[in-house]
Amino acid sequence: MTKFMTLKDAVATYVKDGDSIALEGFTHLIPFAAGHEIIRQKRRNLSLIRMTPDLIYDQLVGAGCVRKLTFSWGGNPGVGSLHRVRDAIENDYPCALETVEHSHAAMANAYEAGAAGLPLAVFRGYVGSELPLVNKEIASIICPFTGEQLAAIPAIKPDVGIIHAQKADRAGNVLIEGIIGVQKEVVLSAKRSIVTVEEIVDNLEVTPNACVLPAWTIDAIAVAPEGAKPSYTLGYYDRDNNYYKQWDNISRDRDSFNQWLESHVFGQGDV
Amino acid sequence: MTTHNDTTQYTSAEMMTITAARALTNNMTCFVGIGLPSEAANVARLTHAPDVTLIYESGTLQTKPDVLPLSIGDGELCESALTTVSVPEMFRYWLQGGHIDVGFLGTAQIDRFANLNTTVIAANHPEGGKNGAHSYANPRVRLPGGGGAPEISTNAKEVFITVKHSKRTFVKDVDFITTIGFGRDGKGRDNLPNIGRGPSVVITDLCILKPDPTTKELIVTSLHPGTTKEDVIEATGWEIKFADALETTPMPSEKELHVLRELKARTEKAHSAQEAI
Repeated sequence: MTKFMTLKDAVATYVKDGDSIALEGFTHLIPFAAGHEIIRQKRRNLSLIRMTPDLIYDQLVGAGCVRKLTFSWGGNPGVGSLHRVRDAIENDYPCALETVEHSHAAMANAYEAGAAGLPLAVFRGYVGSELPLVNKEIASIICPFTGEQLAAIPAIKPDVGIIHAQKADRAGNVLIEGIIGVQKEVVLSAKRSIVTVEEIVDNLEVTPNACVLPAWTIDAIAVAPEGAKPSYTLGYYDRDNNYYKQWDNISRDRDSFNQWLESHVFGQGDV
Repeated sequence: MTTHNDTTQYTSAEMMTITAARALTNNMTCFVGIGLPSEAANVARLTHAPDVTLIYESGTLQTKPDVLPLSIGDGELCESALTTVSVPEMFRYWLQGGHIDVGFLGTAQIDRFANLNTTVIAANHPEGGKNGAHSYANPRVRLPGGGGAPEISTNAKEVFITVKHSKRTFVKDVDFITTIGFGRDGKGRDNLPNIGRGPSVVITDLCILKPDPTTKELIVTSLHPGTTKEDVIEATGWEIKFADALETTPMPSEKELHVLRELKARTEKAHSAQEAI
């Protein structure tokens, strides 16, 4: 059953050095507050998994928390490169970074397989792509009924799944609205899970088919208002596109990134 | 770019977007890539194809954005969509399930067999031609990666590509095949069950290219007004061929230019009205 905790306590309790962690949110609901707390607590040797690393993993990689990155599209959306990730890949700064590269379809299928308790994901993918040449996790499997060759990759089952959502009720049931990405799959596939929410409400006021995670699927809920900024939370605040553009300059240079880290992460109090 | 109302003059970028928009018809379902494809698809929706179904990989189904999204998951896409599904559902049911007529893609590199590279520009090449594994191990420029494209290209019934024409982009062989056009030998789709027919048209700022029905090599079928064969030859990294019945692309109409310029002005205004860090 879920516990309401501060974000600081939730990360201290459930995120360990060396863990595999998926902080998800497909452009929407990216759990930045949780990512910053992991940086503040100086977790190391993490294996991070995320379809679009986005600024959140650029920050975690730049802060030296990460040794391995699994991803399927590694840019700053609409802007350009993730400079801290590139610096780690190209120059081992601040430490070496191993990468495992997939397509979106592959990772979405692998999360779903993880949530479904399967060891692998099977899908019609990677046909003619050279990604299988450089990622040994991409295999193929023959359909026993039709003989069709299909792509197969291992299910994603992270040690910790972390997402942001609009709200929880007082029992700890969580409502996710808008672009729901792989939010549900991450929580159900992970061994442990943390959900940050904008607010706690008396009644979620859900419609019958709403995307709801029952309290008993979540280990910790932490209230983190504006916890997805500079991404967005539908119904609460918009994506700060300008921040994404400015990140290009902040992250391009090691010194300006480290200054940003001091003032915007280490210099910030507990959530 | 400034917004202006002179519809007798237009830029090559406008020509490209409007020509790409015309490739879409009203009854199509289109899986839209961000950037140029998204711009073209929305111009189509706002001009000759009001009922075209636009689908973005963030799960937004039948979306009608008022401004162009900066990211694939902007709130605008969700709020103007008929419905929004999860990302696994989007890729499994809607794309892999065979509900997409056209995948509309951009790229960083494209080769003569319309293979796309958005993974890596190689530092150097081994003797005897290009090799994806070698390029990957020897990057000069690391690109964002595949995203949705590898499966859009094979699971959509056909693929439209729009990209600016230059020798750096139009190469004989891509450094890395992120997304298959017709493979390294043009036969990459042969004898495969359940695969779309692949790229059917490539729209650039200079011309329209289509794959040769037999060899699958891209050939120029239409030159944009004011473009010469020499311009295309100069901007292409292989010995480009021209169709016997080479056409001239129709100029943008007044309405198309107006819609495109309004859309871009609205987009610019919406994306600049944000707070500073």
